[in-house]
Amino acid sequence: MTTTDAPAPTPAPAPAPAETLLDVSGVTMRFGGLTAVNNVSLTVGRGEIIGLIGPNGAGKTTFFNCLTGLYVPTEGTVTYQGTVLPPKPHLVTQAGIARTFQNIRLFANMTVLENVQVGRHSRMHQGLLSAVLRGPGYRRSEQESRDRAMELLEFTGLAGKAEHLARNLPYGEQRKLEIARALASDPGLLLLDEPTAGMNPQETRAAEELVFAIRDRGVSVLVIEHDMRFIFNLCDRTAVLVQGQKIVEGDRETVQNDERVITAYLGAPLEGTAPVTETDQ
Amino acid sequence: MTTSTTETTPVIALPGRTAALLTGLGAAATAGSALMPWTWTSEYPGDLTFYGSPAGLQWLALTAGLVTLVLLLATQGVPGLRWAAPRRSSNAVLLAAAGAVAVGWFSVISIATDLGGLAHLEPGGWVLAAGSLLALAGSLGLPLDRRTAVPLRILDRRLFLLVPIAPVVWFATHAVPEDKPVAPVLTALAGGLAIATGGVLLVQLGHAANSWLRLGTVNRPLPAPRALPSWVEVALIVVAFAIGLFAITFGIDTEYGELFTGYLLLAASVVASLGRSGLLPRLRALTVKYQTVTTGAAFAAAASFPFTQTSDQYTSVATNILIFATVALGLNIVVGLAGLLDLGYVAFLGVGAYSAALVSGSPASPIHVQFPFWGAVLTGAVVSMVFGVVIGAPTLRLRGDYLAIVTLGFGEIFRITMLNLNGTTGPKITNGSNGIPRIPDLEILGWNLGKPTTIFGFELGRFSNYYLLMLLVTAVVVLVFARVGNSRIGRAWVAIREDETAAEAMGINGFRLKLLAFALGACLAGLAGTVQAHVSYTVTPDQYTFAEALPPNSAFLLAAVILGGMGTISGPLAGATLLFLIPKKLEFLADYQLLAFGIALIVLMRVRPEGLIPNRRRQLEFHEADADIPAQATGDTVALSKAGA
Repeated sequence: MTTTDAPAPTPAPAPAPAETLLDVSGVTMRFGGLTAVNNVSLTVGRGEIIGLIGPNGAGKTTFFNCLTGLYVPTEGTVTYQGTVLPPKPHLVTQAGIARTFQNIRLFANMTVLENVQVGRHSRMHQGLLSAVLRGPGYRRSEQESRDRAMELLEFTGLAGKAEHLARNLPYGEQRKLEIARALASDPGLLLLDEPTAGMNPQETRAAEELVFAIRDRGVSVLVIEHDMRFIFNLCDRTAVLVQGQKIVEGDRETVQNDERVITAYLGAPLEGTAPVTETDQ
Repeated sequence: MTTSTTETTPVIALPGRTAALLTGLGAAATAGSALMPWTWTSEYPGDLTFYGSPAGLQWLALTAGLVTLVLLLATQGVPGLRWAAPRRSSNAVLLAAAGAVAVGWFSVISIATDLGGLAHLEPGGWVLAAGSLLALAGSLGLPLDRRTAVPLRILDRRLFLLVPIAPVVWFATHAVPEDKPVAPVLTALAGGLAIATGGVLLVQLGHAANSWLRLGTVNRPLPAPRALPSWVEVALIVVAFAIGLFAITFGIDTEYGELFTGYLLLAASVVASLGRSGLLPRLRALTVKYQTVTTGAAFAAAASFPFTQTSDQYTSVATNILIFATVALGLNIVVGLAGLLDLGYVAFLGVGAYSAALVSGSPASPIHVQFPFWGAVLTGAVVSMVFGVVIGAPTLRLRGDYLAIVTLGFGEIFRITMLNLNGTTGPKITNGSNGIPRIPDLEILGWNLGKPTTIFGFELGRFSNYYLLMLLVTAVVVLVFARVGNSRIGRAWVAIREDETAAEAMGINGFRLKLLAFALGACLAGLAGTVQAHVSYTVTPDQYTFAEALPPNSAFLLAAVILGGMGTISGPLAGATLLFLIPKKLEFLADYQLLAFGIALIVLMRVRPEGLIPNRRRQLEFHEADADIPAQATGDTVALSKAGA
């Protein structure tokens, strides 16, 4: 593993307002009469780590699905680097946004290396004919894909298990593999849907390190999480989604001290203690 | 299912070396019986009446006896034979002896029932029966790899109610006069109940035997082979393929059903015992090491098949096997790689065949043109591909079961459309049920495939010529499958099969890639179809149905893929060969053919869900609980080694 189990460093100070990478404005998602996401706006700058929290059923994953083209928002627009995102998942990935899933969705019967290579799909252009003819261009591209995948496996600490079947990895490593696979598409923005669900504290800390390392590679991160400590250690800004609406956005103090957040999570304000909920430990 | 506790003990305890002696004696007697007459009239097929001159089934008994003997000596550590059993597992001997019993007793029973009585057996037959049984009994006394405990599984008690009910219904059938309307219903019911009861009792017997024998699936680690010079290793591969060619040729050339049944029994037991002894895994490791040599040897062996034949009787069978196998391999792209269940695949073979027939210059074709061979092939493949796209574009938006049903429908639409383009219910293109007859033979660069050719002094008949041409097509399909399967496109297909939503999130255009798989599969089937049209002279709509007793049809194609092993190359080829040969050779099953086929499929899927020649991945998937398989994977090879752990 490239990351160590040393105590998590405090998050780097929020960088000066960077160029906006993702701009979500007024996104609303209705399923029939149910409004799952209501007029949510959010921006992610280059090199930022943004958190998205909220109680179960707040619409976080629906919001994610709106960003990644799985759902077409009823209202509002999502622009990435100035262009409106097309409503098709594979085109969103092509544009530069990669994601992981809340419930791990690896290609279980492919090897670890192949999983990451599948992630490279949108950055390669070798078609059927070149696969049959196997010219030098094909071999170069195939070698490059393999090298890049191995590099990402080194990065996530899975290089030693490249030839294992994805299904045989332990849970924590499956999560890492999902991240490596997403990174393989060379995204500018990575969307992580509950990356630490089901992890123990050590694994959670390692995941923190990994997210920082990803940011250091120049990839912005938008992360959904329930683990507050994880979010506040990690994120430059955090947005809180309750019942489909964004009620507050800001740094750690702003969010932690917001009455509405406390009410949403605990039902009533609590004095003296930080509202730390660790639903998954 | 875990086999953590194992032991090496005999099932029947025998003093000292008695067990080995008995086994050896039995095996020698089995082999020796082949040199004696088994029956005294020449009425039994093959004429088994001579001293010192084995024929038909006797060759099989000889082989079974010798394999048992060699494996026995090898496991006993006799110098010079140890290569035959690198694992030194006596289970291999047991499997071979079981094969000898199967072949021997099948022969004896078959002679007695065919000719009407045990009186038709000569001493040779008795020696065979006793010898093989002795070998089996002796091998049960050898130190076998066994589990320490296997609890006796009892089937659901309600199933045993069948045992008293079946005879009651049987008697009722006889009590009711035949002219009563219920009589045929009762007869059918009694037949069904008899089969069901037999099945229940057999399965229960199997459980009881399993609990008594406790044979483990423990594979001892395979010791590293002695380092050999690479030319020796290559020579070993060539020898192995030569033996393989001989064995398959023997199977195709079997002249009567009894011999083919015996052949299947022997082949199954030899493959199982050599697999257990460690010889086959070693060979497989060699083939992985020398992949190019292996592929070359396989095709050379296949290409030399026509040279072993003196008439066109069996080359026509072989040509049809190749057509069937090639189409199955094309279907494997659609089903095995992309995971799209296509139940109407045979329609693409039909599209290719009809296209080729229409441009073949047949007098019955409304288009009076005769394309050269390459033109016909291109036409067949392209038209088929266009049909693939046209059918795929609307249907591939569906997933799973829905796709299966829609493709089933399209397959039938093709056949019915061809029936109706007959001039009365539609435009006159295909002559309806009469089809397009008198398709002229192909001519490639002045070589007329219809006329016998002489190569190296061997005269090759019409079907041999087509066999060689078809082998070329098969080679193309194998090449395409191997190369595309292991590329960006192939990985994307497998990703779609595994999880389409996740695949889309990885930037894969699911619809486009599924359409590509569909179109490529259709194109390859069309390619085979163009040759098929010329091989069979006539194309008719009823060659392309969903299911019937004879391949190729959509159901058998799918069965060939699943039986052989999804996602592999050799799997569908082997599956198609078996599925073609069995109905062809076992005509004595006649009306029960589909029933037997169904039962065989159920048993196979229960025992070996990953297929005969599984993709290593699928094997891991289905037998995760069996602790020994990963161990075997590390011991044997290579492809998915766990070395990095």
